Amino acid sequence: MGGITLLKKITTRKERCKGCGVCVAFCPKKILALDNLSKIYLTDEESCIKCGRCELMCPDFAIRVYKEEGK
Amino acid sequence: MKEARLMQGNEACTEGAIAAGVRFFGGYPITPSTEVAEIMAETLPKLGGTFIQMEDEIAGMAVVIGASLAGKKALTATSGPGFSLKQELIGYACIAEIPVVIVNVQRVGPATGQPTSPSQGDVMQARWGTHGDHPMIALSPWTVRESFDIGVMAVNYAERFRTPVIILLDEVVGHMRERVVLPEDEDIEIYPRRAPASTIAEGYKPYTPMADLVPNVADFGTGNRIHVTGLVHDETGFPTGSAQVTEDTIKRLHEKITRVQDEITHYDEFFMEDAELVVFAYGGTARTAYVGVEQARKKGIKVGMIRMMTIWPFADKVVEAVAKKVKAILVPEMNYGQLVLEVERASHGLTKVVSLPKYNTMIFTPNEICSAIENLAVEVAK
Amino acid sequence: MRDYEEYFRNNRLPHIWCPGCGNGIVMKALAKAIAKLDLDQDKTVIVSGIGCSSRASGYMDFDTLHTAHGRAIPFATGVKLANPELNVIVITGDGDCTAIGGNHFIHGARRNVDLTVILFNNNIYGMTGGQASPLTPVDKKATTAPFGTVDRPFDPCELAKAAGATYIARGTAFHANPLVDLMVKGIQNKGFSLVEAITQCPIAYGRKNKLGDAPNMLKLMGENGVAIDAYNKLTDEQRGEKFPIGVLYQKEAPEYTAQYAKVIERAGGTRK
Repeated sequence: MGGITLLKKITTRKERCKGCGVCVAFCPKKILALDNLSKIYLTDEESCIKCGRCELMCPDFAIRVYKEEGK
Repeated sequence: MKEARLMQGNEACTEGAIAAGVRFFGGYPITPSTEVAEIMAETLPKLGGTFIQMEDEIAGMAVVIGASLAGKKALTATSGPGFSLKQELIGYACIAEIPVVIVNVQRVGPATGQPTSPSQGDVMQARWGTHGDHPMIALSPWTVRESFDIGVMAVNYAERFRTPVIILLDEVVGHMRERVVLPEDEDIEIYPRRAPASTIAEGYKPYTPMADLVPNVADFGTGNRIHVTGLVHDETGFPTGSAQVTEDTIKRLHEKITRVQDEITHYDEFFMEDAELVVFAYGGTARTAYVGVEQARKKGIKVGMIRMMTIWPFADKVVEAVAKKVKAILVPEMNYGQLVLEVERASHGLTKVVSLPKYNTMIFTPNEICSAIENLAVEVAK
Repeated sequence: MRDYEEYFRNNRLPHIWCPGCGNGIVMKALAKAIAKLDLDQDKTVIVSGIGCSSRASGYMDFDTLHTAHGRAIPFATGVKLANPELNVIVITGDGDCTAIGGNHFIHGARRNVDLTVILFNNNIYGMTGGQASPLTPVDKKATTAPFGTVDRPFDPCELAKAAGATYIARGTAFHANPLVDLMVKGIQNKGFSLVEAITQCPIAYGRKNKLGDAPNMLKLMGENGVAIDAYNKLTDEQRGEKFPIGVLYQKEAPEYTAQYAKVIERAGGTRK
């Protein structure tokens, strides 16, 4: 019963990431970092609030916050 | 038959281009070409076409290339100073293989020169003006009627070979008036815009050459979402730095023209059967050269004439064949000696090639040509 | 609304722009604007000049035309006049548009042809390694101004206004969301629209002028970009390095292709 909740899911595309650090700097929860190959990864996925700031500011379309149907 | 009309060369050239389907003109006023723009401004809107006067010569060239890509047969017109400004984008049309016609009504140069006086001083520039390796098609009429025919032909060649074509008028032919009877509409052959032979689903690539080495680049707005660039590009249209692709492309751009060279080499021969000397002339100069040749023949000199219409690609084979048969070739030109360099080259030393340059704003007189022929006849008899 | 990535040529990505370059943010904003308007992808043409920003046309899935340096606007004029049904968007840079392209910029605005010009302003010639452009601020360093620039920049928005543009807006890569709507309005305007998009070049301009990394340059845009109404209330002293953003100017004026259609009617022709 009730409606369908739209959940958001965050995904990274390392092949596009150039390690510029913009999303890292702008993440309000500070849970993004660059690994030892300078590629983006989430340090704490559970704390991600799916605000979409990273996607908005990424110049390389390497990080996306998608809406997905969920319960 | 159509009624005879008193027409100006520029006017006839413009009407020829319109008869071949030109419906877009962009350009800039410059003496002695301005009549082309003015006639286009008046005629094109009556036919649902578009005329625009742009802010400068470069914009005039850019706008016609853009219009051609969006599906219109397009033409621009200018003279020396504007021709110089257009060169970069003429090269753009070469490498991006875009049909477009550039009319250059030559006047005395360099720079501002003598705007109202005739010259044939842009002949070499027509071939080499734009940077990089490229072929060029350039046609030069010698009568008002031929200005019409070349107007048609240039548009058709541009479309057929997807290349810029230059019409080299000079201020003599451009501004003179003659009585002409234009061809019937049904006798005017029009080469249609080439269309893609396949769809995207079938793997269409805009720059895949057809059997004639010319690609069928789709018009914008037809659902093909092509990329057009002045960078060296492969069949997809996207830029590449590949050595092989670059070599293949430059070669193909040349070969798509050289393979049809015989077909597009137009010229007239006069009095060649017994010719021991030949006058090689083109454009406005050829008019008085013809009379000069007749005068010389009346004096008993066995002189013939080649009247060249296709300036580029240069008619090597024609000159070679003539060089084998005659003692000398005289090349009168309203410049310091330009096409004569090609005649010399193509003669391979088989005959004497003599330049008769005239670069004082004035056209040749028949007497000047006749005297030069007489002197040459004496020279070769030694 | 379709996903903005559907408007990219995904097989041509990743793009060539440097890590941290703001051009990708601006290009994404344009794709979002097109998605919002649901423009027909087969009837939209992107025309660009030469320079870093002008490479954007290769990454966008439309009919795209990568022209010569400074000449995008007259090429675009030809495309639009030959087929007024097409939506024509121009992508250009500060050097491409205001230096070599200056004359065309002025006359495109004067004619009020229905084009939307997105001017990616990174205050530098990026592609060729960091030379000064007409929009590089005074005393800033560039490879052709190793001791600092001498000549002052002008404001392309003011120039466009004087020349006759009917929609003028400025946004930044930092203000990436509002930038989308500025572009939407620009495309909707039936006339010459200018959207100046301030974007960062951290590798050439930023490094030479010690502006820090890309995040820092974006933060500076955030600090210095002030909404136009608030900006107008600031004193000269308060303004300092700040600049106005938002819709700066809008006006109704006859659009060129519509006016030329009347010429065709007057001449007795029918538009083909």
